[in-house]
Amino acid sequence: MQFWTFFFLILTFGIYIYIAWRSRVKETKEFYVASQGVPTVANGAAVAADWMSAASFIGMAGMIAFLGSDGSVYIMGWTGGYVLLALLLAPYLRKWGKFTVPEFVGDRYSDTVRVVAAISAIVVSFTYVVGQMTGGGVVFARFLGLESHWAVIVAAVVIFFYAVLGGMKGITYTQVAQYIVLITAYLIPAVAVSQTIGGFPVPQVTYGTILAELDALRVEFGLDEFTQAFAGREGGMIDVFLVTASLMLGTAGLPHVIIRFYTTKTVRGARFSAFWALFFIALLYLTAPAVGAFTMLNLLRGAEGSTADDLPGWIEPWQEAGYVELNAEDGVIQSVNNDAASGADLIVSNDILVLASPEIGGLPAPIIGLMAAGGMAAALSTAAGLLLVISSAASHDIYYRMISKEKASEKTQMLVGRLAMTAAVLVAIIAGLNPPAFVAQVVAFAFGLAASTFFPILILGIFWKKANAKGAAAGMLTGLLFTSTYMIYTLEVFGTSANDHLFNISPEGIGAIGAVVNFTVTIVVSNLTKPPSQEVQEMVEEIRYPQAQKVQ
Amino acid sequence: MSDATHESTAEEPDNSWRQRYWKKNVRVLVVLLTIWAVVSLGCGVLFIEPLNTIEILGFPLGLWFAQQGSVYTFVILILVYALWMDRIDDEFGVAERNEDGGRL
Repeated sequence: MQFWTFFFLILTFGIYIYIAWRSRVKETKEFYVASQGVPTVANGAAVAADWMSAASFIGMAGMIAFLGSDGSVYIMGWTGGYVLLALLLAPYLRKWGKFTVPEFVGDRYSDTVRVVAAISAIVVSFTYVVGQMTGGGVVFARFLGLESHWAVIVAAVVIFFYAVLGGMKGITYTQVAQYIVLITAYLIPAVAVSQTIGGFPVPQVTYGTILAELDALRVEFGLDEFTQAFAGREGGMIDVFLVTASLMLGTAGLPHVIIRFYTTKTVRGARFSAFWALFFIALLYLTAPAVGAFTMLNLLRGAEGSTADDLPGWIEPWQEAGYVELNAEDGVIQSVNNDAASGADLIVSNDILVLASPEIGGLPAPIIGLMAAGGMAAALSTAAGLLLVISSAASHDIYYRMISKEKASEKTQMLVGRLAMTAAVLVAIIAGLNPPAFVAQVVAFAFGLAASTFFPILILGIFWKKANAKGAAAGMLTGLLFTSTYMIYTLEVFGTSANDHLFNISPEGIGAIGAVVNFTVTIVVSNLTKPPSQEVQEMVEEIRYPQAQKVQ
Repeated sequence: MSDATHESTAEEPDNSWRQRYWKKNVRVLVVLLTIWAVVSLGCGVLFIEPLNTIEILGFPLGLWFAQQGSVYTFVILILVYALWMDRIDDEFGVAERNEDGGRL
């Protein structure tokens, strides 16, 4: 198995580096938007790879496997946001067409808002990079036998070299390759397991037939029924609603996704890119709940009646890597959980379920190796996209525009960008060694922040001409403060103690309320202060039409 | 979302089509986003429990909407949007075209 893991990892890394080297660039515009010459379908696949992170690939099905019905928040949230993005943001931002999200905000509102946006972009992207480091770490810890702290460091170093090599063009075509790797790695084991257990190779259909057995097994092992709504999250319906909404708004507001729609040739291209992106994403997202259900079923079937001396073979290596814990002192496994505090006989981390699914399902070694390569592809492609946003926000929006007052040369700008990437990776390693929660949850915080800062002011900036700079700055800052304060209040981060959730709202769901706060503050402050200048209003008018005038 | 009214001045070309275009655009958005909200936040969250009493091919219907149906709907919604906007762009003659008149 070690052989196949090395084989697929080295083969795929070779392909990515070759593509990145072939399409390396030296100009700033090429570096950030690939000269707006990327075909729609390719752009869609690249957005999909950029989008589907370690959280989607490694974390999501595992979360669903344990959370059951309430794990749907990730499926609906992370795909539903694309509808908002495609309908409300992508075509207009493409029509306006410059490099970055802070750039739009800077032109639409003011330089102050640009700086606030650039800082938010860095914070949001950074939170998200940490999730990728942890995810990459899981792969290296298990498949290369590294201790988990070293695994995070190795993952960080690989991601760093990779992202600094190419600009947007290199990244775009590499991401197309990464999409193919990750979707193949995800679908092959899913189809195989579906055929073995359900007798039909379409997992999306067959997992329905095993739900009754899964429900019964889960109850036997001390978990809630898979199909039971609002059992997996303490906050019940309100919390599920808010988390779904936060993930949707956050998806639409994530700077590294929005930036991708600048790379299409036309406004129409941006619309169809969004369609292809969601189409490619849906292939994985529709399979994820099936993977979660089947893996859980296999896991519980295997655990049924096994004792500490007679464990299923997949457990031991994961136990050594530190992701599985066995507490069955009397020998028989009677309960299974994902939370160490539950004291169950078998504790399995969410993060390993997908990677371990071929082993749990008894599939052959090459598939296990392919899974490792798929997980790395997901982590690498997303981290590269995020580092690009961090570097563009730091070098273009903050350094070039604000510090050097537009005098810095291309060379200095690129240097500042690369330094920012380096700093981000270093801090991400420290954070990745001591993450506040599971991979998918870490990422959920990034969404809460994106939902409460970017989404409202982008929407208002496009659809409401009177939204002005003071309003946007006030809205963004209150949204950011409100959301991050609640997150820090309810979670153990930076050494603070965790407090109880207020009104059943989990820290993952607070972003939706933060967005409402931001909307309200921006509207109120804009109404109380002077409307934006005539030029700005004219600009907002222009981005509404693919062509300024009729072409007869 | 309210809007500052746009008035075209005398020396500018006739831009009255713009308001009609934008109105149609907004109507498309309202129709599609309503479906979006009803299927996902409606069927997948708020009404999941009553829908779960119906079972199809082993799936409680609410769970199916939350994990499968909503995603299918989203993909179709974006495709419908892109095609619908193509038609509106053509109707108003604002589609992006190359010198030969083909779509870019």
